[in-house]
Amino acid sequence: MTAPTDVAPAAGTTTMSYRQALHDTLRAELLRDENVLLMGEEIGRFEGSYKITAGLLDEFGPKRVKDTPIAEEGFTGAAVGAAMLGLRPVVEVMTINFSLLALDQIINHAAKIYGMFGGQAKVPLVIRTPGGGGQQLAATHSQNVELFYAFTPGLKVVAPSNPADAKGLLLAAIRDDDPVLFLENLALYNTKGEVPTDDTPIEIGRAAISRPGTDITLIGYSRTARMALEAADRLAAKGFSAEVVDLRSLRPLDRQTVVESVRRTSCAVVVEDDWLTYGIGAEVAASISDGAFDWLDAPVRRVAMAEVPLPYAKSLETAALPAVDDIVVAAEQTLRATGRG
Amino acid sequence: MARRKSGASDKPDVEQLTEFYRRMLLVRRFEERTARAYTEAKIGGYCHLNLGEEATVVGLMDGIEARDYLFVSYRDHGYALLRGMDPGRVMAELYGRSDGVSRGWGGSMHLFDVETRQLGGYGIVGGQLPLATGAALALQYKETDEIVLCQLGDGATNIGAFHEALNIAALWQLPIVFAVVNNALGMGTTVEMSSAEPELYKRGAAYRMASARVDGNDVTAVRDAMREAAAHARSGKGPFLLEATVGRLRGHSVVDPAAYRSAEEVAAVRKADPVLALHAQLQAAGVGDESLAAIEQDVTTVVTKAVEFAESSPKPEVGTLFDYTYASPVPNDTRRRPAEPLFPEVVAK
Repeated sequence: MTAPTDVAPAAGTTTMSYRQALHDTLRAELLRDENVLLMGEEIGRFEGSYKITAGLLDEFGPKRVKDTPIAEEGFTGAAVGAAMLGLRPVVEVMTINFSLLALDQIINHAAKIYGMFGGQAKVPLVIRTPGGGGQQLAATHSQNVELFYAFTPGLKVVAPSNPADAKGLLLAAIRDDDPVLFLENLALYNTKGEVPTDDTPIEIGRAAISRPGTDITLIGYSRTARMALEAADRLAAKGFSAEVVDLRSLRPLDRQTVVESVRRTSCAVVVEDDWLTYGIGAEVAASISDGAFDWLDAPVRRVAMAEVPLPYAKSLETAALPAVDDIVVAAEQTLRATGRG
Repeated sequence: MARRKSGASDKPDVEQLTEFYRRMLLVRRFEERTARAYTEAKIGGYCHLNLGEEATVVGLMDGIEARDYLFVSYRDHGYALLRGMDPGRVMAELYGRSDGVSRGWGGSMHLFDVETRQLGGYGIVGGQLPLATGAALALQYKETDEIVLCQLGDGATNIGAFHEALNIAALWQLPIVFAVVNNALGMGTTVEMSSAEPELYKRGAAYRMASARVDGNDVTAVRDAMREAAAHARSGKGPFLLEATVGRLRGHSVVDPAAYRSAEEVAAVRKADPVLALHAQLQAAGVGDESLAAIEQDVTTVVTKAVEFAESSPKPEVGTLFDYTYASPVPNDTRRRPAEPLFPEVVAK
């Protein structure tokens, strides 16, 4: 599936798409551990709605790659129960919107079983699911409700923004003994990047500084971390050095890395794909207030989706979604407010 | 399948029935003592009792093997006792003590013991159904001859997870028995008020699932029906839906006076009390009052010791508050109590 590229890969890495990184990692983990199995709607015969699981049914058979009925609560809960008995199911939920049908099993059960029974049963489960608007799928198919899961102790939530993190975090998620919500994004599947050839997991719970800088901190996750890098390029052309923090993990949230960055730059813009009110950005901004209040030279700004059910019409959809331009504008205003812009 | 009863022509095995009586009486006395402790505010939260369901609890538990797995609803005390959990540790869990079977994290509704393979009581109505189905998937995957018994109440047959779980179980021919304990009431709502098909075992037809209904006051009939259902699931023939009809002697929970029930209805349930009925049956079969009184004494001793154990068990240390959020350690987990700052060094400044 790797598309041709004109960029020579670095040593020990291969250039590949986010989709390919996910596919290859699932395949490698199926080969490595016979307790790993994939479950979900249309992942076998149909090869996955977004073709992440293409070819895996043919290679591993229906015991390891299980097509399920359209029954998110049923099959997600079944994966939780199978995990309690030692299997390592990787569930694909077609989009994060549909995970709402499985909320009871994810939040009331997967997240609770280890603690509520006093540590007697582990739930080594991965739920892979893409969020993301911008595909003209209208209001019920364009939400970013990762917050519900990031809100819930007992779950771990990771949100890779690039192919290397997709691989490293998926390896970590599958090998982790807790339920992990693995957030993908429709807009990232075709993006390409360098991916290490070795199988080293990325530790869950650690943010990354994906671009060092000195004037302002831009914070994002998943698609918005990639957008923040583009915004940093644009700001560099205007003479500003932006540091980009890629959260990578929404629970646990690496507040320390965020706060240390803001203590260096003294101002920040948080970019989130969800709605502003009560969102991921609110938590990050509050954390900056907790840990870097005295260092701040300007209020923390948030760039977030307009608070409407996302419309179908392209003109309205575009107007509602965060874009790189929005980050640049918010960053410039923030820098002006510090007196340094 | 039609409604089942233990055959009148079967010669009652008095020794077996006496043992069943001992187990049923253990549940009865344990639950009565639990109700008392609850009203004395020694037990918190919600507290649902198996009073009136003793024959079904004993029959179901005798019909499966020690190697089988059990998932139950929040009305779970009797199952825990008969599964072989120590009554003291069960009572300690109700008391919220560190020796409780779930280390004081679960309480009455969430009795779990990995040793005896009771993988939880579940407080969310029907939440255990998809989980139990997945456990059966794991057993099929590992090619064992173990099965899962998933107990549920009548009310749980109306939630979406019931349909999704039974469909998946039948589709994949999983080794699982769903046992509906139909006590005719979901809190105060009758089965007829809530179920378009009140003969709940007939729901199996929608999934081409074998099913049967049994008189839940007849311990031997329940045991036999459970054994047949378990044999069916164990032999690779797929899941089984078993319904046991019982009476609920008390309210939905300890605090419910059940004012919505008529005097006639309550009288009928009391008249069918399975513990009293079996007591009378044993007397008629020639078991002496002395033997029955000895059983009563033994059971009372077990329950008294369980309470003493629970009372003396330490409360969980506050220092263990963050021990069970995650099974694998993770950096940046927020381990803070309500007033503690995220960045103590900033506050100290």
